[in-house]
Amino acid sequence: MTSIAVIDYGMGNLRSVSKALEHVAPDAEVLVTSDSELVRRAERVVFPGQGAMPDCMREMDARGLRPAVLEAARTKPFLGICIGLQMLFERSEEGDTPGLGVFPGRVKRFPPEAMKDAQGGRLKVPHMGWNEVMQAEPHALWRGIADGNRYYFVHSFYVEAGKADLVAGYSVYGFPFTCAVAQDNIFAVQFHPEKSQTAGLALLSNFVTWKP
Amino acid sequence: MGLAKRIIPCLDVTRGRVVKGVNFVGLRDAGDPVEIAHRYDDQGADELTFLDITASSDERDLILHIIEAVAAQVFIPLTVGGGVRKVEDVRRLLNAGADKVSINTSAVQNPQLVADASGRYGAQCIVVAIDAKRVVPTADAKRVIAQADAGGAPRWEVYTHGGRKSTGLDAVQWARKMQALGAGEILLTSMDRDGTKSGFDLELTRAVAEAVDVPVIASGGVGNLEHLAAGILEGKADAVLAASIFHYGEYSVRQAKELMAARGIEVRL
Repeated sequence: MTSIAVIDYGMGNLRSVSKALEHVAPDAEVLVTSDSELVRRAERVVFPGQGAMPDCMREMDARGLRPAVLEAARTKPFLGICIGLQMLFERSEEGDTPGLGVFPGRVKRFPPEAMKDAQGGRLKVPHMGWNEVMQAEPHALWRGIADGNRYYFVHSFYVEAGKADLVAGYSVYGFPFTCAVAQDNIFAVQFHPEKSQTAGLALLSNFVTWKP
Repeated sequence: MGLAKRIIPCLDVTRGRVVKGVNFVGLRDAGDPVEIAHRYDDQGADELTFLDITASSDERDLILHIIEAVAAQVFIPLTVGGGVRKVEDVRRLLNAGADKVSINTSAVQNPQLVADASGRYGAQCIVVAIDAKRVVPTADAKRVIAQADAGGAPRWEVYTHGGRKSTGLDAVQWARKMQALGAGEILLTSMDRDGTKSGFDLELTRAVAEAVDVPVIASGGVGNLEHLAAGILEGKADAVLAASIFHYGEYSVRQAKELMAARGIEVRL
């Protein structure tokens, strides 16, 4: 039995994440918490995020969670989701906000001039819906998941990793962009596995048994 | 290769049951919401939309319980609308497990609600629903919207209260304004077509889809699967929403996707 802390800093709906984890790991102890001590005690940590990154950073710090998040990112299986991926990088164009700087790289807005599909049709922002995720490298969290499987996205900003070997997956929306990064005990994704039906549940299931 | 166009079954819910009527009259019982949500999920629905059409406010909590039950079992995006008046209503629905909240009448009565809710929870979870009706130009038209109809191009007026109240607002301009205030998506329903099974108002869909940068969901009038494909190909919608063709087993979501794929539309199969 494993214990999983879903870090709650007041930004949106965490019920879906916790329900999806309970669904794939009925024996696990899943805790939605804003208590640093409980984050420290958990064996695994999920770091979600919704809304705007400046708000997410502020709310995380308002609850004094930064040291616990950084510690978890150094020491235990850690899954970042959506803004939880973006916050791991150095800086975001969204409100020109500094991130946690766990990874080198920046968070950028989809540039209007690049938002065209192969036929020249206009691509909307936010990037909302099911897009194909290409696996850039084999990883324990991709186990049993077909390369190119679709996941649910909803975002207007994307990460540009400062180091090529961080990239674990990419999608194409106007241009290829990084939608999954991996290093040591960290795996982080731009899409929402908790909203991506069977492919999403498979990824979460891989996470709860992952031994990095 | 890229983003798939979405098919979204819509569940109109009242007193804890899914119902469907024509233009909000003659409601027929279509079943248990959790059961129906499961069925659509199995068929490959890309999202689900729940519209709470409960009239009295003391029955509003029912929808929260339904969303909680669905969100614990169905792992695709859920949008909930109906009776959203305050930021607090948005919060309660998101906490119950909704991923997006749809605002309709209250957006007209209090546009600031859209800005406040979007500012607090992010544009990604704020859908503005627009019920639009084609303006038939008449010589003695009194409303601003009809008078503005200069070059003979079709125009549409925004209606609220389930299509019963006119507002004098132009639907295309209104969609632009809602995007500017923080809507992350527009759910566009043709009141002329809703319940008629004669297909989307494609001109309306296209006019709005081309006017805004956020995704547009076409709604109102789907009677067969070709209508869904036309909403994407001719209406330029990013997603299509339908209710009755799925509820009574006429077509499955999978059949809809297969037809759309055969028409060259990228879908999640």
